[in-house]
Amino acid sequence: MASSRIAVRAERLSKRFRLGQHDAYRTLRESAARALGRALRRRQAAAAETREIWALRDVDLEVERGEVLGVIGANGAGKSTLLKILARITAPTSGRAEIHGRVGSLLEVGTGFHPELSGRENVYLNGVILGMRKAEIDAAFDAIVGFAGVERFLDTPVKRYSSGMRVRLAFAVAAHLRPEILIVDEVLAVGDAAFQKRCVGKMSDVARDGSTLLFVSHNMKAVRRLCPRSVLLSGGRLVAAGPTEEVVAAYLASVQQADSLEKLPAAIAALPRDPNFRLVDIQVRQQGRATVAVGNGEPIEIEMVYDVLEYTAGLRVYFDLCDEEHERLVRSFHDDDADSMDVTAPGRYRSVATLPANLLAPLDYALVLRATIHNVRNLMGDGIAIGLSVSPTSPINRAYPHEPVRAKLQPLVPWTTEAI
Amino acid sequence: MQLDPETARESDVVSARVVIEPPRGWTSLDLAELWRYRELAGFLALRDIQIRYKQSLLGASWTVLQPLLTTAIFAVLFGLLLGPDHLPTPEGVPYAVSTYCALVPWQLFAASLAASGRSVAASQQLVTKVYFPRLLLPVAPVLSALVDFAVAFAVLVAMLVAFGMAPGPAVLALPLFVALAVLAALAVSLWLSALNAVYRDVQLAIPFLVQVWMYATPVVYTTESVMHAQPGWVRAVYGLNPMAGVVEGFRWALLGAAPPSGALLASSLAMVAFLLVGGAFYFRRMERVFADLV
Repeated sequence: MASSRIAVRAERLSKRFRLGQHDAYRTLRESAARALGRALRRRQAAAAETREIWALRDVDLEVERGEVLGVIGANGAGKSTLLKILARITAPTSGRAEIHGRVGSLLEVGTGFHPELSGRENVYLNGVILGMRKAEIDAAFDAIVGFAGVERFLDTPVKRYSSGMRVRLAFAVAAHLRPEILIVDEVLAVGDAAFQKRCVGKMSDVARDGSTLLFVSHNMKAVRRLCPRSVLLSGGRLVAAGPTEEVVAAYLASVQQADSLEKLPAAIAALPRDPNFRLVDIQVRQQGRATVAVGNGEPIEIEMVYDVLEYTAGLRVYFDLCDEEHERLVRSFHDDDADSMDVTAPGRYRSVATLPANLLAPLDYALVLRATIHNVRNLMGDGIAIGLSVSPTSPINRAYPHEPVRAKLQPLVPWTTEAI
Repeated sequence: MQLDPETARESDVVSARVVIEPPRGWTSLDLAELWRYRELAGFLALRDIQIRYKQSLLGASWTVLQPLLTTAIFAVLFGLLLGPDHLPTPEGVPYAVSTYCALVPWQLFAASLAASGRSVAASQQLVTKVYFPRLLLPVAPVLSALVDFAVAFAVLVAMLVAFGMAPGPAVLALPLFVALAVLAALAVSLWLSALNAVYRDVQLAIPFLVQVWMYATPVVYTTESVMHAQPGWVRAVYGLNPMAGVVEGFRWALLGAAPPSGALLASSLAMVAFLLVGGAFYFRRMERVFADLV
């Protein structure tokens, strides 16, 4: 066994979910209601309900001992499903995988933290949940507490911690877990920049010590920094594998690019078909004119026109404003201000988002337009990305014009200053 | 941050190679893995206890108040119904002592069912994010119920002292009946928790189930008071309720009541064994869909 250089090997790994069922436990009442509903509704709708999707399809993967592998792809591409199967949280529908070595998975920072328990109690509870022995936690305890910087609050219930302290403590426990194979899913989505930097630093330590690391992230910078090799998932399939630079480039290219507005109709036509949703048109406008070369001194309108084909609960259209590296700066849903999940009736809709004036920096951005049925599936594949080229027309900082770009977003924030 | 090399090596050995495949049919229990994760069961139980006692004002006294009040209610009720001289209690034992003595193991069983039945569904956070043997989820609440059991048992001992009742040599058999109660609780919990993960109705039905089960168990009466004229096979059928054997065993071991009949005890044991093994395999069969369902 020790001769094997392979840490993880997956062969034709697949996972199927039944739509409209996979996220719902059953109660007898619901089962009865569903049966009744099926009898009353049109046959088409009933068929849609039992449709299956393959969250993962025939994925082959080999990870060598000590390798750091990035796993990238759009939302719903199957990254999390792959990790959950390898971490033995959920079982595959077909295919097989072999894991050589002790696996530690960190799919969410702070899994199993209990608010009523003290920091000390939570360190032990969280540690054993993640697969550590009590003796290991004893040995690492001081280092964990030191890393998190919560020495003074060890006997305070975690519910009184600030969210930053909680995240630091949770990550500290996980960072001192010493598995041979560490599976990490998007933990960088939480915490501030300093914390994220520390996470990445700690993970490169783990990799240097000879552990195998599988790392999922939307943060292309972190993937580039940590992982020499990456794989790209799209629609449940593994579509690219190789040096991270190439795979990241393939990923950015796989997002339907439409750098000029003329290419938009082709990008829209290339979208996968969906029984509930059809995108009709996209417009980006400034001062009434369709353009992607915009100024940051005036509002920008983003318009999506789409047909809803079935009654759909939780239909959400949204956009991501990303920097050139496709790191997300803003995500905004059309119903962000709604009180509850809505059911959208069939028909044609127009949703217009207005990016306020004096928000963007004079940079190039990627605006990615997307739609989803909440917790069910993505509707526009990986979305449609539109390059946005911003020139400085904002009055911001006009007294000091030598500093045109200070940050990726530079809103003109109202200030008042008075002599007192 | 280097780990003790001994520990590290042990971990290497225990999980050297894992094969992940689509589950088919019945799977083995993998007791070895369960044993490796024994500390987790302890910590989950400890968490339950800590939370229970941190949040409640009266803490431990709840676990004693509940059986004491139940005893008082039935003592008054049966006293009014049957008259104070005809209470269903073993010869020479006050009704209150006989009933409280039965309620102590009964509470262990009932509390385990209530907490374990919910355990898988209530641990959604863990089940969808971390791997560990899921069997520990229904095991942990049974362990934490044992702590409450110990508290209630201490009160029982005080009660025996107060009534000047010294148990005979039969008291040596008591640990066996405690073990039978724990195994019975675990056996039923395995079924309920797995079923509840799939059908949430189960957790609504558990309180009712526990209530009905209590009346089917000689808690507020004695087996003798309802079975005195019945042949052996009726007792055996009655013993299919394993808690009947447990409760009669407690009264025998502590109060010097008549020993539980062999037929009743044998069928209690057989039933627990059947439910426990069947429940464990059923749970293992169902657990593969837990992460997708809860």
